[in-house]
Amino acid sequence: MLRLEKRPNPSQFWLYATPVVAVLLTMLAGGAMFAILGKNPFEVIRTIFWDPLFGEFAWYLRGQLLVKAGPLVLIAVGLSLGFRAGIWNIGAEGQYIMGAIFGAAVGLAVFPTENRLIFPVMIVAGVFGGWVWAMIPAILKTRFNTNEILVSLMLVYVAQTILAMASTGFLRNPEGAGFPGSRNFSSYPAGANPELIAGSGMHWGVVAALVTVIAAYILLQRHLLGFQIKLAGQAPRAARFHGVDPNKLVVLCMGISGALAGVAGLFEVTGPAGQISIDFNVGYGFTAIIVAFLGRLNPIGILLAGLLMALTYIGGEMAATNLGLPSAAIQVFQGMLLFFLLGVDVLTNFRIRPIFMGAR
Amino acid sequence: MPGAVKINGQNAGHLGPNDRRQAGLVTGPEERLGHAAAPDMSLTENALLTGVLRKGLAKNGFIDWAKTRDYAAEVIKTFDVRTPGTHTAARALSGGNLQKFVIGREILQEPGIIIVNQPTWGVDAAAAAFIRQALLNRAAAGAAVVVISQDIDELLEVGDRFAALNEGRLSDPVPTLGLTVDQIGLMLGGAHGMHKAEVQHAEA
Repeated sequence: MLRLEKRPNPSQFWLYATPVVAVLLTMLAGGAMFAILGKNPFEVIRTIFWDPLFGEFAWYLRGQLLVKAGPLVLIAVGLSLGFRAGIWNIGAEGQYIMGAIFGAAVGLAVFPTENRLIFPVMIVAGVFGGWVWAMIPAILKTRFNTNEILVSLMLVYVAQTILAMASTGFLRNPEGAGFPGSRNFSSYPAGANPELIAGSGMHWGVVAALVTVIAAYILLQRHLLGFQIKLAGQAPRAARFHGVDPNKLVVLCMGISGALAGVAGLFEVTGPAGQISIDFNVGYGFTAIIVAFLGRLNPIGILLAGLLMALTYIGGEMAATNLGLPSAAIQVFQGMLLFFLLGVDVLTNFRIRPIFMGAR
Repeated sequence: MPGAVKINGQNAGHLGPNDRRQAGLVTGPEERLGHAAAPDMSLTENALLTGVLRKGLAKNGFIDWAKTRDYAAEVIKTFDVRTPGTHTAARALSGGNLQKFVIGREILQEPGIIIVNQPTWGVDAAAAAFIRQALLNRAAAGAAVVVISQDIDELLEVGDRFAALNEGRLSDPVPTLGLTVDQIGLMLGGAHGMHKAEVQHAEA
């Protein structure tokens, strides 16, 4: 028999060992799944984790790694602040879409004007779009005590419907021969978010993600607001005793995560995606939840987790095309990562004690 | 206005915790873990929890961790808190030691008013005596000290005046000097506000 015993102090060792152990367990269990699917597990795992970094096409795929990790990190850092405070914004995907629509709409409204200020204004509009979409669950929660998890999640589907309307209606390319989708920003330099160095994958969204990681790190380590966020999550009564207004914190955390998700959407639609289309969103807002937890809700951890998750995306795609693996298997693989992470996480606060026969 | 809470003549009933602290009022809640202290946070972080304003532990919102650590260490030293150090999580402390820490954290802020609820609940005798003495010292230094407790002996020991709360009504405070257990029993039973004769009748 085994028994869980609460540790007096959280284990520093397991705090950092947990993600590593979770990745190893995911490789084991995932390898078994790939074997059952009739693939060579070593080949699949090499394709996912090794080839994108050091394989034949690494020169291209390393750039793609940044392209995919950028929005994940940007969204996950925002979410992590709320998650630490016990505020569950599950609707980053919707805020991401709305940020993209708001930002793109501003840019497309002034097409084809060329002005250096257009892109900065689009960024502001993207931030605003995501923020507004997050304010709906935030204000419903603070005013009417609704559940922010449900409301923010449901608003994702509303946002997707608005996205479909935008790409087939009010933002459709008038020169697009009736096809759905907006003008492509790659042919509109004033509103485009190109690679800063060709082939590097580095665009303004990646820069923003790095800046956000640093800012969030300082906020959590040095600023009173970061302290209040942690305190509200760990001991809500102590937080009120300290002087935290829970409603203000909800509005603030939802606002920050919405704004960051929105700006991530703006950078994506003007850069890698290029245009508003019905399915331009690929689930970054949901995957960012996994990234936030995989990174221990810690900004630096999230940066690493975002890169790792991007790796499984790119490697997974390669495994799907080169080895004929169903893409659902890759999603299961990514899900396993979160599952094992949360499972092993118990060891941070608990230790396992074997109970011997006869002993109590 | 009857029922108004005032600090130095200024209405304070509508103020939040930090404005009250600024005005000189500090409090020690009944529940140590989860209310007075965050269980998983270090003693340094718990020192910041209430000390940030009056001790100036943050500037423009940025926390001065060195100063905060020094304050936590000062509380630990002055109040004889038995712990490995300021980095220890609050939940790792024994009840008595944590209580000394959270009361000490408030007293060292040199408040004008201190309100404590069950200050020695579940605390060993030595620690309890230490906490009571610290409250008395604070009162001797000129602070108003309000002790809320279910321990009547404690109230008689630390209090100059005694009041009973019964069915939401607070009795008029009476001097503790010469107060008998019988009288306290009557007050707790709601006999306050009765006419003198009735009280005597009830005593007879």
